[in-house]
Amino acid sequence: MTATGIGAPVRRKEDQRFVTGQGRYVDDFNRPGQAYAYFLRSPHAHAVIRSIDTGPAMIMPGVIAVFTGDDLAADKIGGLICGWMIHSKDGSPMKAGPHPALAQGKVRYVGDHVAVVIAETLAQAKDAAEAIVVAYDVLPAVVDTAQATKASVQVHDVSPDNTVFNWHLGNKDETEAAFARAKHVTKIDLVNNRLVPNPIEPRAAVGEYDFGTDNYTLYTTSQNPHVARLVLSAFIGVAPEHKLRVIAPDVGGGFGSKIFIYAEETVCVWAAKKVKRPVKWTSDRSEAFLSDAHGRDHVTHAEMATDENGKIIGLKVHTTANLGAYLSTFSSSVPTYLYAPLLSGQYDIPAIYCEVDGVYTNTAPVDAYRGAGRPEATFVVERLVEKTARELGQNPAEFRRKNYITQFPHATPVIMTYDTGDYAASLDKALEIADYKNFPARKQESARRGKLRGIGFSSYIEACGIAPSQAVGSLGAGVGLWESAEVRVNPTGSVEVLTGSHSHGQGHETTFAQLVSDRLGISIDQVSIVHGDTDKVQFGMGTYGSRSGAVGMSAIAKAIDKVIAKGKKVAAHVLEASEGDIEFKDGRFGVAGTDRSMAFGEIALQAYIAHKFSGQDLEPGLKEGAFYDPTNFTFPAGVHICEVEIDPDTGVTKIERWTAVDDFGVIINPMIVEGQVHGGIAQGVGQALLEGAFYDESGQLITASFNDYCMPRAIDLPSFDVGMTVTPCPSNPLGIKGCGEAGAIAAPPAVINAITDALGHEDIAMPATPQAVWRAAQKARMPMAAE
Amino acid sequence: MTTVSLTVNGQSVTADVDPRTLLVQFLRENLRLTGTHVGCDTSQCGACVVHLNGQAVKSCTTLAVQANASVVTTIEGISQGGELHPMQAAFREHHGLQCGYCTPGMIMSAIDIVNRKGNALDEQTIRAELEGNLCRCTGYHNIVKAVAAGAEGMAQAPLQQAAE
Repeated sequence: MTATGIGAPVRRKEDQRFVTGQGRYVDDFNRPGQAYAYFLRSPHAHAVIRSIDTGPAMIMPGVIAVFTGDDLAADKIGGLICGWMIHSKDGSPMKAGPHPALAQGKVRYVGDHVAVVIAETLAQAKDAAEAIVVAYDVLPAVVDTAQATKASVQVHDVSPDNTVFNWHLGNKDETEAAFARAKHVTKIDLVNNRLVPNPIEPRAAVGEYDFGTDNYTLYTTSQNPHVARLVLSAFIGVAPEHKLRVIAPDVGGGFGSKIFIYAEETVCVWAAKKVKRPVKWTSDRSEAFLSDAHGRDHVTHAEMATDENGKIIGLKVHTTANLGAYLSTFSSSVPTYLYAPLLSGQYDIPAIYCEVDGVYTNTAPVDAYRGAGRPEATFVVERLVEKTARELGQNPAEFRRKNYITQFPHATPVIMTYDTGDYAASLDKALEIADYKNFPARKQESARRGKLRGIGFSSYIEACGIAPSQAVGSLGAGVGLWESAEVRVNPTGSVEVLTGSHSHGQGHETTFAQLVSDRLGISIDQVSIVHGDTDKVQFGMGTYGSRSGAVGMSAIAKAIDKVIAKGKKVAAHVLEASEGDIEFKDGRFGVAGTDRSMAFGEIALQAYIAHKFSGQDLEPGLKEGAFYDPTNFTFPAGVHICEVEIDPDTGVTKIERWTAVDDFGVIINPMIVEGQVHGGIAQGVGQALLEGAFYDESGQLITASFNDYCMPRAIDLPSFDVGMTVTPCPSNPLGIKGCGEAGAIAAPPAVINAITDALGHEDIAMPATPQAVWRAAQKARMPMAAE
Repeated sequence: MTTVSLTVNGQSVTADVDPRTLLVQFLRENLRLTGTHVGCDTSQCGACVVHLNGQAVKSCTTLAVQANASVVTTIEGISQGGELHPMQAAFREHHGLQCGYCTPGMIMSAIDIVNRKGNALDEQTIRAELEGNLCRCTGYHNIVKAVAAGAEGMAQAPLQQAAE
């Protein structure tokens, strides 16, 4: 390992600009002549729009234009799309209602887009929005996930009972047979609470139109600018694909919420041409709460069957998944193919059957949020495994160990084939780091102080490296999920790598450069990573699903191999040897068995001056591209152990220890990987203890600011003990599995298992706020009195 | 319009502003100092923290006119002669940032914590003192380490502290 190569904790190249305030985020861009957009949003969860009078707004100071859904329709601008087709059990396609960028005839959630004001200043646009007169016929709203299909309220005409799909996976008959012969069945009812992603940078967009060239430009807070361009052009139709440039510069966190193609960027591009001015929109936090796609929101009943030996023999799950008022870009895939295929967890379960009802409600659209389906699956499996172990009187760690998959590859009953792993190794290491053997003593010591101490496990698995294109195509995806890379070697030997991945905190400018440095034997200072601009990078699928290492870097590795192969041809001419005798090692092309060699940069120069070979025999230049399509998902897995101490008098839960042992396969930069784990755990702890998006019965979001929605702060979290085990991934050339979501997937059940362990009963919902824990603690103390 | 005159990062600036202009808007839009960020509208996230007369303030909750005749330091104004401020260097060294959006406010708050609490900061103090700053990426683990290291670094670089 070199100081900057694969496996080195290289300090990040991008940090110089971030710590000095020189980062360039979308809101930092201002275009000449720029106007400002402000969206008038629905104050009602469900209403018919009888009329919109924009006249009073049009005469307000500074107003350039006011547009409604009718204007978009007149220009034949299409609606927003959901790019993953799910079929119900009966084979019928999911029921996708219309999703106009600006409402047409009806609003379906608080925050739905009614009109947009374009004005000289943002303040003027806001003032004018207040002058728009909208006549609403307010309708009753359906909000509750579990009640959605029984409600008299109908969100979309296409779905009389608010069902989007009734989907299933697994083998029902085999699962029923397993339950029929079970010695013990454990049942659980779970709510996976609705979350708001809340990257600290709110979404933003600047649309621009050049009348001279007929070119459109969109600066946008996107995790996948090429996908945004494709959707905006091919489906929504705001601009032809070859005329639209999408730039996603520095992006301040995403966590999934910036994958999707929203109304606001659509309107900014379209309106820029209408008003002949660049149009800028920047979300404020209140708008973000209302209109960024939310995450999770499942109601689940699950049962686990075990035999007389304590072996899990069956799992059945029924989930109702709230998809909100409209189907967001990838929303339908999250509670289906990103969820049920993970229900085998790390366990050898011969029979699994899962049914999922996707439902509409009058709430913000729900889509992928860090982990996307996999945290929900892990919560079901790990809560149920824990509860089963307790009911059987078995140690939860050893119960897990007994049921671990140990032979690979392993085909689960829910379509996944795990390629490799060593789950017991992670468990052993986690038990060691957590000092599990002394937990009873710590529990006693807490008890002496009147405190309740508990310990909770989470043996999670996830499917990352998303994903083999043919496989996801067969499951309904509208796109392929390969990644692209182009490696451009300059005559001086420096290298630009163009990648379809996008970095919004993950540190790609560093880790990708480490790979290039390692493979080409050049300094990482000689490497620039270019991403986030569709005029520079030809195409790419972007960053989500922990895919940028496993898929994005594999594409770079493939392109580097081609560069080396071309370099060998050049070197053969320059060094006057046969191509087969040229070796590339430690950054030099040499003739095998001789001391004749030239540095990578010298061969690059020779490739460009092209004096030593005929242009007819060999093309000048040194630039190669690659598309990499993975052969399988990757399966990061690990064990997290959470140890809590609860004050039964206040209900406050304090996390005393957090142990994370993860197997991410080969690691490029351990410093960055650990940072990803930390951040994921924090979001998972947030879900378990603090965060919850709540609507009242009328559909008003009552947690719509940082005052009301409890984000994890430094004081809420401990330092984390992070360890690693490594089984290299056999499914990609670098052995990488991916690390971005693990913490958020692992953490919630670890926390709740610890709390239920401490309290001695299972009935605690997320977020386990002090009030909820206090009530549960009183119930545990005095079961009768608290009823 | 109202006229404001203040010193920002050592330079005198005078401008006519709408009286409702927030200090953060003034910095970002009038002066194009875009290192100071806006992450919320309820004074909770701390991405907008700057120093006003040497003390940390949330510039999203301060009117530009309130900063009249004052000295403002932003993230762009703390490094000296091309050298990172010890707190900036510590955030980089300890991977105290990921997306970078909360980072300017974190660093400005961290320097203020050191100014108030001294150079030997324990974990509990740092965590409690960071209550006004949200980070969604790091889980705070490395921010806490960075603040502790930056505090020590500031003890060894008194000249830099004095430069503010």
